[in-house]
Amino acid sequence: MKTIHLTIDDMQVSVPEGTTLMQAAETIGVHIPRLCYLPNLSLEGACRICIVEVAGARTYQASCATKVAEGMIVKTNSPEIRQARRDLVELILDNHPMECQTCDRDGQCELQTLAYSMGVRERLFEGKRKRYEVEDSSFSVIRNSEKCILCRRCVRVCSEVQGVHNLSQLYRGFNTLVAPAHVSPMLESVCINCGQCINVCPTAAFLEKDSTDDVWAALSDPNKHVVVHIAPSIRAAIGEGFGLPAGTPETNRTVTALRRLGFDVVFDTNFGADLTIMEEAHELATRLKSGENLPLITSCSPGWIKFLEHFYPEFIPNTSTCKSPMTMLSVLLKTYYAEKHKLDPKNIYVVSVMPCTAKKFESRRPEHFAPAGYPYTDAVLTTRELVWMIKAYGIDFKHLTPGAFDNPLGFSSGAADIFGTTGGVMEAALRTAAEALTGKPLTELNFTEVRATTGLKEASIKIGDATINVAVANGLNNAKTILEKVKRGEKQFHLIEIMACPGGCIGGGGQPYPSEGRYVLDEEILKLRAGALYNIDEAKNVRKSHENPFVQDLYREYFQHPGSEKAHKLLHTHYTPRSPRGIK
Amino acid sequence: MITETKNTLPKEICDFIDVCLTREHPESYLIAVLHKLQQQFGYLTREHMDEVAQRLHVPASFVSGVATFYHFFRLQPRGKFSISVCLGTACFVKGADKILDAFRAELGVDLAETTKDGLFSLDCTRCLGVCGLAPVVTINDKVYSQVTPQQVPDLINRAKADLETTETKV
Repeated sequence: MKTIHLTIDDMQVSVPEGTTLMQAAETIGVHIPRLCYLPNLSLEGACRICIVEVAGARTYQASCATKVAEGMIVKTNSPEIRQARRDLVELILDNHPMECQTCDRDGQCELQTLAYSMGVRERLFEGKRKRYEVEDSSFSVIRNSEKCILCRRCVRVCSEVQGVHNLSQLYRGFNTLVAPAHVSPMLESVCINCGQCINVCPTAAFLEKDSTDDVWAALSDPNKHVVVHIAPSIRAAIGEGFGLPAGTPETNRTVTALRRLGFDVVFDTNFGADLTIMEEAHELATRLKSGENLPLITSCSPGWIKFLEHFYPEFIPNTSTCKSPMTMLSVLLKTYYAEKHKLDPKNIYVVSVMPCTAKKFESRRPEHFAPAGYPYTDAVLTTRELVWMIKAYGIDFKHLTPGAFDNPLGFSSGAADIFGTTGGVMEAALRTAAEALTGKPLTELNFTEVRATTGLKEASIKIGDATINVAVANGLNNAKTILEKVKRGEKQFHLIEIMACPGGCIGGGGQPYPSEGRYVLDEEILKLRAGALYNIDEAKNVRKSHENPFVQDLYREYFQHPGSEKAHKLLHTHYTPRSPRGIK
Repeated sequence: MITETKNTLPKEICDFIDVCLTREHPESYLIAVLHKLQQQFGYLTREHMDEVAQRLHVPASFVSGVATFYHFFRLQPRGKFSISVCLGTACFVKGADKILDAFRAELGVDLAETTKDGLFSLDCTRCLGVCGLAPVVTINDKVYSQVTPQQVPDLINRAKADLETTETKV
């Protein structure tokens, strides 16, 4: 590729042709301020904050969208440019609520940070403000358009990464509004609740539906037995919420923090993951034998499940009927655990901590309510909400002594930990299915061929004499690619894992906002979080779900065998095509 | 829950979409399809837009974005009386904006909207070529000249009265 030589701030820079001015500046340690720009999303050029001066150009150029050219002379800093950038920020603020102190993103808002770094210390323009009601119909994602600055990051992530296209820019000029078609409430739209719009939003125009008040109330209710369980990916990401480096495993301090908050019992969603594998491997073996409804598609990701119902109802027969690990464990808590401890399930309050906003919707599906009318999962907290609760309670997370989960529902195999990353459910299922199908112990537990570092990976796995074709997809546009391939009959797959979010749950819509200098969807962060989970798995003695002794007890005492009538009643579910139909 | 989009589009529009689908960049015919719909029905309904989205394979949010972006597209049926305030230069100088505001206040609707009772829809127009009569308002086929904001309630009442007479005649 041709190399281009240019001058940025009096420094000589040589970069490959096609590089943008913003990227070129980064190679010499110049960070140009920006707002609408996000790597991994298409260029928008909407905010103009990243303007620079290019010698010979009539106007300032947006450095995110301008490519380098031979001999270019660029200035990223001058009193005039700084003033122009500051004016731009002030004009955005002019139409923005002045309520930072009461805003959910206070201290973590990109607009706030930018205004501070630009030196905006007073409000010079006081113009007309756009006024909208907060749209909070959804169980997962709430939309507050007064805080929207029209950077279109949410619109881009919703279509370019997730292929959902739920959000678009409606109306024009001052009245421009980001919303679903016909400004429908989120609950009545094709929104899959993945929360990626929340992750990429620089302000608080999108937020998760807050559950912390409900949880505080339950914790202080003496009549409630409050149980919490945490998803695999929480341990890999929660540390970032306390300023720890990405990829720091924090299982044990999280347990201690939860006990301090006042939870009566602390269990691990991982147990539910091991149980999921027992049921799903059985489902796979049955389908492989009969040849019916192949490929089997995983069902742990609630974002994917809602996507299935809106966009690909034709694949409902293929999708595993297993409830997700979260719901399986919550069901156990209000049945098996309640019976064992002679507790009235109505007095058990189950909180799950998830990396995910879609889990909030999942917990409110009528299918996941007990026949007596109460939900199996009472409240779902995102990682961000738990981080906030721990801070609000005055707990110094970094100085906590490590704690351990309660048993039996807190014990898990390493196979369960890796559920939190793309390819993990696949690998966990293969470990159990391979031993069930061949009757022999595995020599190699690491199925590295399904450990995806990309959004889509295909592999052929030899199990005994048979070869099974598998695919792993994360990010729903990648899921589309693989499902279309199946529809065209290009390749016979046996098992497909689909996770709605980039990187799997570790990249979920409820994970901590990135620390300074990091991006949402940053592949480096995702790799570090995944690495934490793989390390936890490697360090465990029990690394196969079917070898979890408490899972074995559970089948002996309660379910008899995977796929039993009782298991079907409690651990399996069904899906329904949903309106409005998504457009593929 | 309803799982399929209702089929409410007329056959000729479905046929037109089918033709578009055989061409390059079928999505680029979205505006043309919406034009045809509006020509036939006077406005775009949600059901129609959703069905266009399904048939043309364009996300519904995108169709909605286009339909709300262009002033030409109407999302509500026109009222029995279509009020149009001329905002051409001469009329504007003579205070057409104040007349428009008076209509807004009196009817409780904004531009391109229709009153709940379905009687009045409010629009604006560019120069009608009768600047000597500025400011000009048209209500259906009738032209009113040198209108003042104070006359607005009367104009509305007169239209209502017209309607009553016609209905009594019938």
